[in-house]
Amino acid sequence: MIPAAFDYVRAGSAAEAVSLIGEHGEDAKFLAGGMSLLPLMKLRLATPSVLVDLGRVRDLSYVRDGGDHLAIGALTRHRDLETSDVLAQHCVVLQAVAAQVGDNQVRHRGTIGGSVAHGDPASDLPAALLALDATFVVQGPNGTRDLAASEFFRGFLETALSPDELLIEIRVRKTGATGFAYEKFNRRAQDWAIVGALAARVNGGTHVALVNMGGTPLRAVAVETALAQGASAADAAREAAVGTEPPADLNASPEYRAHLAQVLVRRALEAI
Amino acid sequence: MRIGMTVNAAAYDHDVEARTLLVQYLREACGLTGTKIGCDTSSCGACTVLVDGESVKSCTMLAAQADGASVTTIEGLARGDEWHPVQTAFHENHGLQCGYCTAGMVLASVSLLEEIPNPTERDVRLGLEGNLCRCTGYHNIVKSVLAAAEAMRGAK
Repeated sequence: MIPAAFDYVRAGSAAEAVSLIGEHGEDAKFLAGGMSLLPLMKLRLATPSVLVDLGRVRDLSYVRDGGDHLAIGALTRHRDLETSDVLAQHCVVLQAVAAQVGDNQVRHRGTIGGSVAHGDPASDLPAALLALDATFVVQGPNGTRDLAASEFFRGFLETALSPDELLIEIRVRKTGATGFAYEKFNRRAQDWAIVGALAARVNGGTHVALVNMGGTPLRAVAVETALAQGASAADAAREAAVGTEPPADLNASPEYRAHLAQVLVRRALEAI
Repeated sequence: MRIGMTVNAAAYDHDVEARTLLVQYLREACGLTGTKIGCDTSSCGACTVLVDGESVKSCTMLAAQADGASVTTIEGLARGDEWHPVQTAFHENHGLQCGYCTAGMVLASVSLLEEIPNPTERDVRLGLEGNLCRCTGYHNIVKSVLAAAEAMRGAK
């Protein structure tokens, strides 16, 4: 399978990338690691006329201690998250989730920013960043703006990014090695989650996020509320599918996903 | 567009269409057909090669993205007549049957052992999750990788 023809340009910096995407219009797409975009292009589900390759924008690959938060460059690869000393010290949960993305080969190419900007509700990192109340820093032709994870994911593969904006940095609070559990249910080791549930102790509370339970990554708000009111893990987990619209596909029906969400949330809550 | 890369320590450069996949480039432009196309959807790992020493699925990477990189395919792993320890271990432990997944399996193993030189059986099974084998049931593949790890540690 070969992608439809496109023009290929390479950016050397974030500013150049933004200017190139502006120049080439709405049919142009940024290419980061390509682990999501290239398969879509090979299936001709995506047919951009121009690819702006970010592979040489090396200064967007970092994990930095920003004092009260961590700053992660958008082009940091999953492999670099997995092996980051800064994450090992200050945000083990993100490291553990990054280690569950795809397989080694995918983690050698795929980037955190690519995963976020793609906006796939079945991906691991967007849900984790939602649970961690991450902030996304985006750069457009008129400067940068900050977007809260809670307002970023708008629909299936749809985000708050404008076509001419580039995600440049992800900021998360420091959670150290505090309790977390990620329950990822799939049939083949390397696959996307049929359903995933992440529970993490953040800022004195318990945050719970769901993978593949709707058009976007979700917070299990009803579970969090029940926990805050003193419910047990088992009782709170019964609320896991409340307000969700899980998809139907070859792997699972919506009813089965709703059941899985309850089981996985309970397991995650009991583990932390 | 004009791209160039080092493949198995030899320099190549060609005019290619931007949409050329790395696996196509290696097989068709460089004539290195040891790299196989299996599922063509980045699931099976048959097309695994090393780019700057790390395993990647060459069906899901543009040749243009590897412009300037150093690529290793199965043809470049041996030194002259001397096999790479992972190749020897696959041979000695019968780590293959039909052989279609083997080039990818070997290169994924080389990359894995670079990252985890002293792996447990679980490390090997997890580390090769991106490579599918429909013949062996994986047992002899895992045995091969553990044997290679031991041989490589012994050689250091």
